[in-house]
Parts: sequence; structure tokens; C-alpha cells
Amino acid sequence: MSSEMAHETGEVTHEAAHTSAEYIHHHLQNLTWGQLADGTWGVAHSAEEARAMGFWALNLDTFIMSLLLGAIIMFVFRSVAKSAVSGTPGGLQNFCEWAVEFVDSSVRGSFSSKNAMVAPLALTVFFWVFSMNLMDLIPIDWVPLLMKWLGVPFFKVVPSTDPNATFGMAIGVFLLVLFYSVKMKGFGGFMGELTLQPFGKWGMPVNLLLEGVNLIAKPISLALRLFGNMYAGEMIFILIALMGGAWAGFSVGGLTLFGSQILLSLGWAIFHILIVTLQAFIFMTLTVVYLDMAHQEHH
Amino acid sequence: MNINATLLAQLIMFALFVWFCMKFVWTPIIGALDARKKQIADGLADAERAKQDLELAAKRSAEILREAKEKAGEIVASGEKRASEIVEEAKTQAKVEGERIITGAKAEIDQEVFRAKEQLRTQVSAIALAGAGKILGREIDAKAHNDLLDKLVAEI
Repeated sequence: MSSEMAHETGEVTHEAAHTSAEYIHHHLQNLTWGQLADGTWGVAHSAEEARAMGFWALNLDTFIMSLLLGAIIMFVFRSVAKSAVSGTPGGLQNFCEWAVEFVDSSVRGSFSSKNAMVAPLALTVFFWVFSMNLMDLIPIDWVPLLMKWLGVPFFKVVPSTDPNATFGMAIGVFLLVLFYSVKMKGFGGFMGELTLQPFGKWGMPVNLLLEGVNLIAKPISLALRLFGNMYAGEMIFILIALMGGAWAGFSVGGLTLFGSQILLSLGWAIFHILIVTLQAFIFMTLTVVYLDMAHQEHH
Repeated sequence: MNINATLLAQLIMFALFVWFCMKFVWTPIIGALDARKKQIADGLADAERAKQDLELAAKRSAEILREAKEKAGEIVASGEKRASEIVEEAKTQAKVEGERIITGAKAEIDQEVFRAKEQLRTQVSAIALAGAGKILGREIDAKAHNDLLDKLVAEI
């Protein structure tokens, strides 16, 4: 499936030596829009240009894909919600109801306080992350190849392999955790929770260090877990795709590589279905658990 | 793989999606689910109530049937009693009537006998007169011997 693209890359880089490295780099580069070195605003055409843009740049591929996927999900759910009837549900309504009940029961299982926002938040997190992860199952060369025809230099189709996306969500969750911690326990209560345990008031610095790490670890682990899993998954797809890229005519070795690529990408894709779902579920569950912890009084 | 403003964009997008989901997706769907749950619960409760009603009605109909049977039995019994009473009454009436008829008949007979006796007596007195007249050879003056005759008649 990816042999054409690899082939192309191979042809393009016949003159340049680092075929595999460039192929990998190309696949891992976001389409970044920002201020170029000459002062104009535009799309970066190399990793160096993208890096030089600094903070005030936008990864267009991540942005567009996540917006598109989120919008599609919200559109589907909204169209069902608009015509939701309590009578016999149709096919799509059945699915959405199953999704809502699944999320609702998960939230009920791990969230003990009352907050009308948590369940919709969990639903959004699960389906948004799931759909972003699911893009990993699109053969990795299709979209970049299509974009190349359209004159777009890079296009990473899986938003959750961009730490910006995962950190964006994790920070959103973190802000909610802070907000509800302060709201439920008061500012003093929250500060007390950070400084007065586990060693009492005489161990305040140690307490603050421990609890602070504990607190900061939440969004970081949330973001890095998803990012790491999806990034690694994509990396393996790229590496598998390289096998077919090594195609050099009808030889025993070439055919073996070609066959291995097909078998391995199939196997990895099937395994990846599990990871895609699991990571979305983990992200949702941890979000709910963190919010639950924010709502609860410690002793 | 640089951290850049995409982070902020994603954060804002995330917040918007969550807000949208909460406002326009979650509430109606969970509302529909709750409404259906309530419908089903109501339906089950109705069914349960109908079952109870049915049981009650069956019990009641059995009771009514039993009562009706009892009443019918009572009616039959009282009817039989009444019939025997009527028969008894008829019997006593018949007896009384029979006695009356017999008494009447007896009285009539007595009268007849009395009348016959009277006739006989008068006839006997006439015969006796005639006989005595013949014996005496002459006519007895009925008027002169009336008291004698009456005495004779009374004797007979």
C-alpha cells in the first residue's frame, strides 16, 4: 500500500543518500504555518523552517484534522440528539445511545460527586481521541501523497501524534482539575492539600514537592501516554512501510520484503485497533478519575 | 514536533467541543434515554397493576358466583318450604271444607228425616183418623177432637 510513495521518495532521493531517514522525517513533520525567516507568513517547507517559527505558529494538519473530526462527531451526535425520541430508536440513534450509556456508566463508576459537565466531557474526550487515533489506520502514505499532488509539503493525518494536540487536551483537563479543586475545597483547602500531607505541617516543603509532582504529573502523563502510544504506533507503520520501499525489482529478497510489508502492516493495523480504542478509553477514564479526585476532600 | 500555538488552538477547540457536547448533545440524548426508561418502568408498573386487577376481578367474580349459588340454594329451599306449606294449608282447608260439607249434609239429612217424620206423623194421624172414623162409624168432627188428635200426633 505504501510502496508507491516509498518508491517515489526513493526516486526523488536517488540523488540524495539518506532515503529512509528522509522518508521518516517527512512523515513526522507537521504542516506548520507561521512567520518565515523573511518576515512573511506562510507554510514551512522544511523542519528547520518550522522550528525557526517559534511558538507563534500553527500546525495546520493537526488543527484541520482535529477540527474536522471533532466537527463530524459533534454533527453526528447533534443530528441524533435533535431527533432523539423515547420510542423505538433507529440505527444511528441506537449507536449514539449506546455510546452515551457506555460513557455514562463509566462516569458513574468512577465519578462519585455530582457535576453535569463531567459526562459530556468524557463523551467528547473519548470520541474525539478515538477518531483522531483512528486516522492512524489510514495507510500512512495515502494522505501525504495526495497532499503532494496538491502541492502541500507535509501532512500528518493523525492529530494525536502531535504533542500539541495531546497537551492541549491534557492542559484543558488540568485547568478543570485546578478549577474544581479550588471550587470544591476553597483556595485554602486546596493549598492545605498540597502542603499539609503526607508529613504534617512540619514537613511542608517536602509535602509541597511530593504533592506538586503528583499534581503536575497528571496532565503530563495524560498527554505523553497518548502521544507516546500513537507516535510509536505510527513510527512502526512507517518502518513497516520502509520494507516495501526497499523494493528493487523482482528478486527473492524484494518479493519477501514486499510480502512482509503487507503481512506486517495488516497485523500491526489489527493490533492497533486495540491501541486506538484503549488509549481513547484510558484518556477518558483518567480524565474522569482526575476530576473525581479534584472533587473529593482529602483527610 | 514543536510545541507551538497549536496547543492553544487545541485547548480552545477542546473547550468548545465539550461545551457543545454538554449543551446540545448530552442533554437531549440522556433526556430521551431517561424518558424511555420511565416509559418502560411505567409500562411494567401498568402491567403489574393490570395483573393485580385481573386477580382481584377473578376473585370477585368467584365470590359473586358463590353468592349467587348460595342465593339460588336459599331460594330453592324457601320455595320448597313454601310449596309444602301451601300443600299443608290446602290439606287443612280441604279437611275443614270436607267437615263443613259433611256437617251440612248431616244437617240436611236430619232435616229430611224430621220432615219425613212430620209427614209420616201427619199421614199417620190422618190414617188414624180415618181408621178411627171407620171404627166409630161416623165422622169425627175434626174440630171437636182437634186437641185429642194433637195429643195423638205428639205421641206418635
